[in-house]
Amino acid sequence: MTIGLYHPGQSALHRASAGAKLSALVVVSLALFVAPSIWVALASVPIAFAVYLATGAPFRRLMAQLRGPAILLGLVFVFHLAFGSVAEGVLAVTRFATLILLASAVTLSTPVSEMAELVEWGLGPLRPLGVNPEKVGLAIALAIRFVPLIAEEFRHIREAQAARGLAANPLALIVPLVIRTLKSADELADAIEARGYER
Amino acid sequence: MIVLEAVSHDFEDRPVLAEIDLALPERRIGIVGANGSGKSTFARLLNGLVLPKQGRVLIDGVDTARDVKAIRRKVGFVFQNPDHQIVMPIVGEDLAFGLKARKIPKGEIDTRIDAALARYDLGHLRERPVHLLSGGEKQLVALSAVLVTDPEIVVFDEPTTLLDLRNRNRVAAAIDALPHPAIVVSHDLELIAGFERVLMIEDGRVAADGLPGEVLPFYRERMR
Repeated sequence: MTIGLYHPGQSALHRASAGAKLSALVVVSLALFVAPSIWVALASVPIAFAVYLATGAPFRRLMAQLRGPAILLGLVFVFHLAFGSVAEGVLAVTRFATLILLASAVTLSTPVSEMAELVEWGLGPLRPLGVNPEKVGLAIALAIRFVPLIAEEFRHIREAQAARGLAANPLALIVPLVIRTLKSADELADAIEARGYER
Repeated sequence: MIVLEAVSHDFEDRPVLAEIDLALPERRIGIVGANGSGKSTFARLLNGLVLPKQGRVLIDGVDTARDVKAIRRKVGFVFQNPDHQIVMPIVGEDLAFGLKARKIPKGEIDTRIDAALARYDLGHLRERPVHLLSGGEKQLVALSAVLVTDPEIVVFDEPTTLLDLRNRNRVAAAIDALPHPAIVVSHDLELIAGFERVLMIEDGRVAADGLPGEVLPFYRERMR
């Protein structure tokens, strides 16, 4: 299973700091929505696609990652056709496509630990309000770490049920999945303590 | 040295360990016992994951209940399932996790990660997502993540249970080559057959204690 996040590499994007990449993403997002020109939005898509390819991740993986967003953008376009105009649809779709491509380029080229460090730094001023930035950073890393674990648990439960002749039933899958995930979370919490992390 | 003084423990009034008195100066100690016998709780006592309800556990004279932070620095713990031990999504990030918790400078973190991965020829995995590793690679990464923090003692809780024979052999060789004192809880009797001492735990008590050649045949007999 491939998780659509960091892909190791040596590209210029990989060498750039997480802060610089996220700042650039924010600036481009604001600029796209401030500029009402459809031509600017149209021109931004191939540029964003080039940035996406520049991450150096395998082409097939890059294309596979775009399937889901492409369906979503198709629905957005149909919605605009039905309730607005073609021009509005093109503007909305090109803006979102640019943002999705750039955001994906950032996540593909930035390790989770760098993202977490950035979040910790960004939340630093909120310490006096009781926010613990290190815990938020760790929570982000753990959420990402848990994605493949939950997917694996899901597959095991589904196989066990299929082996006993049970048809796929969302409720029958979710209950054991939640229980197993909580148990895994408990054990991971023990490991975090054992490895010297202080609450 | 590890010393247990009149240690008892229970979970919600269910006794798990009862009045254990032990001194463990040996460099290789195996722990065997049936499921539910209390051996995993015993292992968890040694790095303060579980604190005894009665008695004391001393690691080089430090009471686990008094200074758990110091104990965690002294005693590394390798869990049965590496998926439940590896915290970060990328191998290198995971090795850095324990070092960052100890406030080690960034430059030193990089050097120590390279050295820890090189120990088991895992350098090529540094940038690899953890979920794409084999079971044996994950267990060696989990061990590397413990060793990179430079503990004085390493405790293993059934480190080979989930592995195929090849990976089991890799992990067994890694344990064998460790310069650290190691305490290994295991159902894999071959793994601990060459150790200096084996304890058999039964119903929360030490039912046998001695050389592997004495304890393991007794254990096999009890498990019939």
